[in-house]
Amino acid sequence: MTLDELIQAVAGQVVTQRPQRPIEIRGGCGADLMSDVLAAIQPHAVLLTGLCNPQVVRTATMADVAAIVFVRGKQPTSNMIALADEQTIPLITTPYGMFEACGRLYQAGLPSFETRLMNDEVA
Amino acid sequence: MGATHDPRRVMTDQDAKTISRVEELSYELKIRDVMTAHVHTVTPQMQIVEVLDLFREKRISGAPVVEADQMIGLISLEDLIRAMRRGNGHARVSEYMTTDVITVRDFEPVVKGLEVFARTRVGRLPVLDEHGRLAGILTKGDITSGTLRALHEDFQAEEVRRYRASHLFEDIVSDRTSLILRYWIKPRDFQHGGQASSDIKRALLRLGADAQLARRCGIAIYEAEMNLIIHTTNGGIIKVEIEPGQIKMSAVDDGPGIPDVELAQRPGWSTATEEVREMGFGAGMGLKNIERCVDKMTLESTVGAGTRLTMKIHLQPRQGLNGASASHSERATT
Repeated sequence: MTLDELIQAVAGQVVTQRPQRPIEIRGGCGADLMSDVLAAIQPHAVLLTGLCNPQVVRTATMADVAAIVFVRGKQPTSNMIALADEQTIPLITTPYGMFEACGRLYQAGLPSFETRLMNDEVA
Repeated sequence: MGATHDPRRVMTDQDAKTISRVEELSYELKIRDVMTAHVHTVTPQMQIVEVLDLFREKRISGAPVVEADQMIGLISLEDLIRAMRRGNGHARVSEYMTTDVITVRDFEPVVKGLEVFARTRVGRLPVLDEHGRLAGILTKGDITSGTLRALHEDFQAEEVRRYRASHLFEDIVSDRTSLILRYWIKPRDFQHGGQASSDIKRALLRLGADAQLARRCGIAIYEAEMNLIIHTTNGGIIKVEIEPGQIKMSAVDDGPGIPDVELAQRPGWSTATEEVREMGFGAGMGLKNIERCVDKMTLESTVGAGTRLTMKIHLQPRQGLNGASASHSERATT
């Protein structure tokens, strides 16, 4: 899915610079716990989150996240925007809540990029 | 240039946020950087048919008319057609050229050229240097290709940095070469939390690590960095020792220390405060995540003395850091 398709699916707004090169979003992951993101997300996914602080952008950098969607209209601070621009990760806000935003993307054909727990793993 | 960024209008902060790199470049790049410097010129005494031959031969559609080092006019294919239709093929250039020529200066930014093109609808602009002499010619095509070239150079600059760094271990000969990176982490500095990890990840990529290796190191060191920020009394030091065959990382602090190291490593166990949990951390997953990303993790701690976390990643033999692929695949991505 392209960035434009993603934005359209969640009725989102981009608050960062438009990336120069096209961004390919291969899957999605929804989480508010950054350790969960670091543990479960696969590269080139969009991260949907209700958490809105600089650590979300840092986490995204470490985990090779393609784009971040903030649910329920959360507005990133200018610090976060500067950080995201530096790392060329687009930040998007959507008026939808977590369930609906994830659902819309899933319905639009975006697969889950969250790895499931192995049988021998405990949370 | 988007219609919303009319250069004549005062820019607001809101606009500034949406400026693209291309738009920035239109201000940074000078007309002399993108113009065609080798210009075919004609003299006012030349005949229309001669100019027609020149245009055909050089595949151009216009040329400045120059006399005694000064540009006195511009002649275009349209002017030639006008002359030919009247059967005046042997007329002089001076009779059909445009003398009221709009020009730009070579030291002006590219955006100035765009403005003139938009305002006047001319196809080409003669470019004059600071002394008013003809320096080149500018078309919209020159602007497009010049901007693309600059974007490409932006991209290449990073590639070059990567190339140079990736040769470090080949170029410097010793019995055992290692590169050590050190970062001082302040306690409770959530604002800069992750800066060190981010720098480390970038360094590894520049040194030639593949995306997966950089990601494994990045995630492990980020969790360790956040632990220093969240839990320590005086902060701590992150050290990364990079060698062709392995990467050793450590996070060391001087307190308060962990009373029960075994319990601390149990998934879900955490002593983090509510404030830390609101930041999305402190779920007791950090050490588990680190363990998943590295080949060997050791946690030693003494209450009152401090904690030492060491992490090691082996790189495949002989492959070294250049193009090294992970020696065990990260379970989280399989």
